[in-house]
Amino acid sequence: MQRDDMVTAMTDIMANFTNYLGKHLPDDIMAKLGQLRSAEEKPLAKVVYDSMFENLAQADALDRPCCQDTGVIQFFIKAGADFPLLSDVREILDEAVRRATRAAPLRHNAVEIFEEKNTGNNTGERIPWIDWEIVPNDSGIHLDVYMAGGGCSLPGQGKTLMPAAGYEGVVQFVFDVMTSYGVNACPPLLVGIGIGGSIEVAANLSKKALFRPIGSRHPDPRGAEMERLIEDGLNEIGIGPQGVSGTDSVMGVHIEKAARHPSTISVAVSVGCWAHRRGAIRINADMSYEILSHKGVTL
Amino acid sequence: MNKILKTPIQSEDVENLKIGDIVFLDGYLVTCRDMAHRRLIDMGMELPVELEGLAILHAGPIVAKDGDGWKIVSIGPTTSMRMEVHEKEFIRQTGVKLVVGKGGMGPETVAGCAAHKAVHAVFPGGCAVLAASRVEKIERVEWLDLGMPEALWVTKVKNFGPLIISIDTHGNNLFDRNKAIYNERKGPIVEKICEQVKFIK
Ligand code: SF4
Repeated sequence: MQRDDMVTAMTDIMANFTNYLGKHLPDDIMAKLGQLRSAEEKPLAKVVYDSMFENLAQADALDRPCCQDTGVIQFFIKAGADFPLLSDVREILDEAVRRATRAAPLRHNAVEIFEEKNTGNNTGERIPWIDWEIVPNDSGIHLDVYMAGGGCSLPGQGKTLMPAAGYEGVVQFVFDVMTSYGVNACPPLLVGIGIGGSIEVAANLSKKALFRPIGSRHPDPRGAEMERLIEDGLNEIGIGPQGVSGTDSVMGVHIEKAARHPSTISVAVSVGCWAHRRGAIRINADMSYEILSHKGVTL
Repeated sequence: MNKILKTPIQSEDVENLKIGDIVFLDGYLVTCRDMAHRRLIDMGMELPVELEGLAILHAGPIVAKDGDGWKIVSIGPTTSMRMEVHEKEFIRQTGVKLVVGKGGMGPETVAGCAAHKAVHAVFPGGCAVLAASRVEKIERVEWLDLGMPEALWVTKVKNFGPLIISIDTHGNNLFDRNKAIYNERKGPIVEKICEQVKFIK
């Protein structure tokens, strides 16, 4: 394949995938919502779950975005150092977003800072957001695509603690965010927690935690245990879908970490709403692709 | 049996509703969010739609041209709390009886609902296609100069819901009550977890 043809092929794939994402939740989220719905005991909460599933069925049938807020589009990339289109990725993704915006259609959600003008096509300075990780000795590219809605971005917060506050301070912070801002952000939420030595590290990791499949656990047994404790604790509070109170509170709790400075411990929380529109795709050097988040889907 | 509210809604229709009740709406539902509230209350402009006995929805819909008219593609509730500063006065001036949105509202709206016999209800967030399917037609649009999301879309709806009453006419607030319960439960749970995460020795 010529380079131009490859660029066209990848643009097509990413435009179609972004469009598709706004209309269909990933497999693990669908399974988890189904599980929460059948475990739900409160009548009010059951009604809310019924509405959610009816809404998803109609979005699918009518080929429309399942929530009207299709968010700011973000790409978290793990690019092979030998991927042939590294130089073209920004242009490809900008164009893919513009096309998905027209085709889906997606809501216009990119407002330039200071000018305070909506660009009208979901691209703007540094938007769609791209986060890069380079993977040595790999010729493919893995993209986690996310639609960051306003409601679910609003609870996002971080804080740098002194070590005396300990992991206890981390736990307290997460619970405070969840029982205040978390209630209005369209629960049941997926909770991402980042822990590190400074605030931007924690914030970035808290977002990446949202891309781990539901049901996965942190590889460190203490991390896994802390995830379980916080998840069970939040569920015990019983926030329920849409905060109307119910049997459970969250879809899951994921922690990501980086080594910290001895004198600081930073924590950040990012949440994904019940309509957690994320997708994972791997594209190989020959432009063949595999969708990891929505099994069996071809674009 | 689902409880149905029909416009024009009378004070008696909403007075016996309590927080946590579920109702559905038949009749007129007008989208009304940040700018419409600002224009009426802060700028003193006259609202081009008579809202007495009707329902408003905090929402910015996606609307498509359909011949001479319009059609709703997607219409989901937006966060009601943004309208908290204006809602009490808005209810007083317009005589609106049902305010629909997402998430709870605060003490000002509670006071307005009690004084003027109105209720606030939530439609499940993120269910924009479901909501669109309950809109029969768009009768007209006003203040389109504000842009599609902020304009007043006068819609005729059938079986619009579920609407969960979050503020009733008796001073009760579902989300306030829930948040108090969550905060009460939180303390002991956090304490218990903290015992098990003392990794800094
Ligand atoms: S929080 Fe999520 S589901 Fe709720 S309105 Fe916003 S984007 Fe949609």
